[in-house]
Amino acid sequence: MSTSAAPVPEGPSGVGEGAPSALARVLGVLRAIPVVWYLTIILWVWIAAINPLFAEPSGFLAYLKQAAPLAILAAGAFFVLASGEFDLSVGSLVTVCVVIAAAVSDGDPSKTVPVIALLFVIGLIVGLINGVVTTIFRVPSFITTLAMLLILDGAVWLYTSGSPKGALADNFREIGRMGIDVPVIEQLPYSVIILVAIGAFSVWLMRGHFGRQVLAVGDNDRAAALSGINVTRVRITAFVLSALSAVIAGILLGGFAGVTAQVGQGLEFEAITAAVLGGTVLGGGRGSVVNAMAGALALTALFSWLNLQGVSGALEDAVEGVIIIAAVAVASYRLREGS
Amino acid sequence: MTTSTPPVAQHPGPTAESGGERSAAARFWRSLTRTTTGQVYLALIAILVVCWVVVAIKGSNLLSIDSIADMLIRSVALGIVAAGQTLVIIGMSLDLSVAWVISLTSIVAAVVMDGSNANIAPGILVVLALGMAIGLVNGLVITKLRVNPFIATLGVALIIQGFIESRWDGVVEGVPGGFEDSLGYSEIGPLPIAVLLLVAVYALVWFLLRYTRFGHQLYAVGGSEEVSKLSGVRTHRILIMAHVICSLCAAVTGLYLAARLGAGSPLVGTDGGYDLESIAAVVLGGTYLLGGRGSVLGTLAGVFILAILDSTFNALEVNAFAKDVVRGVIIIVAVAAYSFRWKERRVRKIGAGPAPAVTGNAPQTQTPGANA
Amino acid sequence: MSPGEESREAAGGAATATRSPLLQMRGIKKDFLGVHVLHGIDLECAAGEVHAIVGENGAGKSTLMKILAGAYTPSAGEIIIDGKPQKFSHPLEAQQAGVSIIYQEFNLLPDRTVAENVFLGREPKRGFIVDRAKMERETEKLLREFAPDDPIPPDELVGRLSVAQQQTVEIAKALSLDSKILVMDEPTASLAAHEVERLFTRVKRLRERGMAILYISHRLKEIFELAQRITVLKDGQKVKTVNADEVSSAELVKLMVGRDLDQYFPPRGDPSKRGDVKLRVRGGATDVLANIDLDIHAGEILGVAGLQGSGRTELARAIFGADPFLEGTVEIDGKPVKINSPQQAIAHGIGFVSEDRKSEGLTLAQSVRDNVALAWRGLARRRRNQLTINVKDLCQAVELRSRGLGQEVRFLSGGNQQKVVIAKWLATEPQLVIFDEPTRGIDVGAKAGIHDLIRGLANDGVAVLMISSELPEVIGMSDRIIVMRNGQIAGELPAGPTEAEIMFLATGEEDIEAETEADLAKIQEELSSAGEGGKS
Repeated sequence: MSTSAAPVPEGPSGVGEGAPSALARVLGVLRAIPVVWYLTIILWVWIAAINPLFAEPSGFLAYLKQAAPLAILAAGAFFVLASGEFDLSVGSLVTVCVVIAAAVSDGDPSKTVPVIALLFVIGLIVGLINGVVTTIFRVPSFITTLAMLLILDGAVWLYTSGSPKGALADNFREIGRMGIDVPVIEQLPYSVIILVAIGAFSVWLMRGHFGRQVLAVGDNDRAAALSGINVTRVRITAFVLSALSAVIAGILLGGFAGVTAQVGQGLEFEAITAAVLGGTVLGGGRGSVVNAMAGALALTALFSWLNLQGVSGALEDAVEGVIIIAAVAVASYRLREGS
Repeated sequence: MTTSTPPVAQHPGPTAESGGERSAAARFWRSLTRTTTGQVYLALIAILVVCWVVVAIKGSNLLSIDSIADMLIRSVALGIVAAGQTLVIIGMSLDLSVAWVISLTSIVAAVVMDGSNANIAPGILVVLALGMAIGLVNGLVITKLRVNPFIATLGVALIIQGFIESRWDGVVEGVPGGFEDSLGYSEIGPLPIAVLLLVAVYALVWFLLRYTRFGHQLYAVGGSEEVSKLSGVRTHRILIMAHVICSLCAAVTGLYLAARLGAGSPLVGTDGGYDLESIAAVVLGGTYLLGGRGSVLGTLAGVFILAILDSTFNALEVNAFAKDVVRGVIIIVAVAAYSFRWKERRVRKIGAGPAPAVTGNAPQTQTPGANA
Repeated sequence: MSPGEESREAAGGAATATRSPLLQMRGIKKDFLGVHVLHGIDLECAAGEVHAIVGENGAGKSTLMKILAGAYTPSAGEIIIDGKPQKFSHPLEAQQAGVSIIYQEFNLLPDRTVAENVFLGREPKRGFIVDRAKMERETEKLLREFAPDDPIPPDELVGRLSVAQQQTVEIAKALSLDSKILVMDEPTASLAAHEVERLFTRVKRLRERGMAILYISHRLKEIFELAQRITVLKDGQKVKTVNADEVSSAELVKLMVGRDLDQYFPPRGDPSKRGDVKLRVRGGATDVLANIDLDIHAGEILGVAGLQGSGRTELARAIFGADPFLEGTVEIDGKPVKINSPQQAIAHGIGFVSEDRKSEGLTLAQSVRDNVALAWRGLARRRRNQLTINVKDLCQAVELRSRGLGQEVRFLSGGNQQKVVIAKWLATEPQLVIFDEPTRGIDVGAKAGIHDLIRGLANDGVAVLMISSELPEVIGMSDRIIVMRNGQIAGELPAGPTEAEIMFLATGEEDIEAETEADLAKIQEELSSAGEGGKS
């Protein structure tokens, strides 16, 4: 519509921008910061006000350590969501990883490296199957990954008959629990290092060809295909990334939470909640991976805050429910109003 | 499975060629082989035969009276939820909250009835009202706040879950014996009363879809909300209504399970996996996950297929892993088969339409075409 | 239509205009996402009047009609029907107030039957039960009346009907409402000639019965045949309402465009500079195409004309590998190649500006930068590394006007969106670019820019295949023209043929009624002398 050209400033190519006042620029920058960051920071400050330990390096790092698995899952979920699909199998995959690691290594530290390699292979296979069935066999990803969830859960039950066998080796558990000793902050947890590394890797991916292709495919896969982008490959890759993020989260959670058949329960929904809270739009095409991870930080901070308020753990679910609905409602309102 | 007729289940009559003077038998055969619902029932029979043979080899009888009654009972709970789920899926929505609604309503039934037969009627009323209220919330959040149904019902599920877990952590006694005996275990003639309930629910939903304005408009809304709205359909009302009925079905299931177990339980819904299983049954029954096409009778077949598989696995003492794998694979294969057919049909649609003989040119252009 | 008839009708129109209008719209304003689309439109239509609304695309016609139909709520202004002010918050309320509308885009559900579509939202009931028999009976009656020689079974699925049949159903649906005010938004776009005639007979009968009809069309001939008054919209504002018998089509075009447009098409290329054959197709065939023999030379614009459904777009998609040729050979620069996917086509230096920008050309939520780089990103890595691109330069090359490279393309105008698509292909340094309806939905001023870009490509030695359903565009732009009919190439014409020559090949009919043709020629003449107005 020619009318929508109205707000476009006239100029030879309009690429240049004027010089707004300093205040306007600051306000502009502030407005450009996604809401999820404000939420996160408010929660941090609030928690620190109640519990000063949180503001100290060790307390804050403990929080980050706790948030790391979800944040990593959120990054994985982001790729799949941004490409316009769903992955409901990650929670079960986390459980599979923990259970298999415990059963295969059975506490033997020398097996840790091969076990981790095995887990990555499993993740790769699961991701490939999800992706291939969704793209090539055209089964909606909702159903594909749901069936994968059933299959993986079934596998866990078969393997454990309800109570997982074996134990995780100490060096395996250290990944999730321990860290490098650093003078000022006492200890820098491995999980935080991994979190930052994955965050950096994801940002790098999103800035590169792959990331732009993911968003293009999620936004309009027909246009992407007609522009020569291999839509199938992009989507399969997104599913593989999601599955690999589940493997990493599983390794961290294994050390952190121990071996149970419930370790991954509900994580698929928490990861989607986190990504959505971070502004990822379901249906694809919009969002940023950093914000999705920030969504996980906010969610974890919120749960900590609720604990401090004396809210029972069970109500956390209810709060998560309200948040996810509110976040999507606000996002769809803003998209509609174009602000 | 790749016939050329469209999967329009709700027109079991002659479809494309609308041959007038076919015999009733021929028409029945056509509707069995050419419509999706018919094919689902053929698949159901095939699966039944295969399972019967396999079980017979093992030395049991899948079709013994006991075994059939068992399968029917197994189908009741899932079947009633799936009937409601069919409605929302036809309307291009989805309900992930049903499992928690079932748990909540089973608990509420136990609490309100409080062990007294006199409280059965108020208990039922409260539970049904609660179901409708939850459906109303789902529907309002989806239509008025425009939250993706997946997220909206997931959020509502989480809220109910949190509420339940913060208040109850075990079985809630209180379902009176009278209720347990009547709905849970009594029989009318050879049929358990629960099966009659199942039949009643399906008859009602089938009637709604086939013969009422609500049904017609629900298919339309699922096909295209925009087109329906522009044609004067109150799309929001239709969708909200579908959600209300869906949650109502879940509440009925909650009542049934409370009667069956003699108690309310916080985990009865999720342990049964009713959220995802009901969607699986709907999809197995040939209803299109993206709305606008499907039939509740197909869903019933989907429910039976899942029940037969369950019984067969039990008879064969197959472990849970194989059970879930087979189930997962069947769902994926079914959906893949449907989606291939729909794709094929779309291609046909574009290619097959006779090119308009001498038409004006494309819209939005003034052409000196032959249309002058 | 004889002149006598025309004046009689015009007189009738003048008489009705003095009556108190059935419909009044006053000061209608509409904003979308902060953009003003309508700036206070006044419009009235009397009972028994056909009131035409004309204007370029984006002038606001369809928006105005959607407000009348209750699909949009106006930001300001009032609608008065029969003296009663109305506020529609849902299309149903507009229906109940007596407004029905035939939408430009089909407003039908492919998976529902014809009868269900016609009666959607007001299914006849008997008690609780939808009276399907009655619904089908009445639908059949309506359809038989409208298209007696092309019976459409009421229990057929709409998705199985031809485009023309679907349009018939759409019209039947609106007429079945039995309303006081009927809006027709390009109702004839895909009707056959005799169906158009039947529609007009019907419209005239409805007019005599006292219905108020608002008629949107780009076909001036239709407007002059039907309308008593004509309201011209431009850029969301009313330019003027005129009596149909007091204005010529050239004047009307001038009102719509707002200026005279001379020298519209860029000069053709120098035939001596035509390069070698870039793409050669021999015996190409798909499900809908047959016997395609085609040469496209470097540096030329090969125009493709033909009626809708003749296989123009299919030809483009086959060359581009989207729906590849199943038979035949394709050569590029004399070497045989296989093109079975867009990726392979792009690797061979082919670009495709598709007919439907929004669903096939752009990722609307992404930035200008990402869209321009889209096809480049699809290239193989080695090629991509050879070809570093500068998005800013590309945007300047197509004279894109945007708020910056980070702006989401959904906020750009149609013309600028099309420039983004062209820049996207420039980034791959193509040797052959296929344009399918390159100026559809682009306003007249911006069209010239697109035409210059296309000619510029050819002058730089790129081979261009340009499909258009606008004959003046095909004639004005092409160095050579092929005409499609029934999936085949019906013939080839040199530069600058007449429209009659093209239409002859496109329809295969020699006996286009003499009167019609004369009429047509007259209007086309006026049109081309006024520049290129009257279409969108």
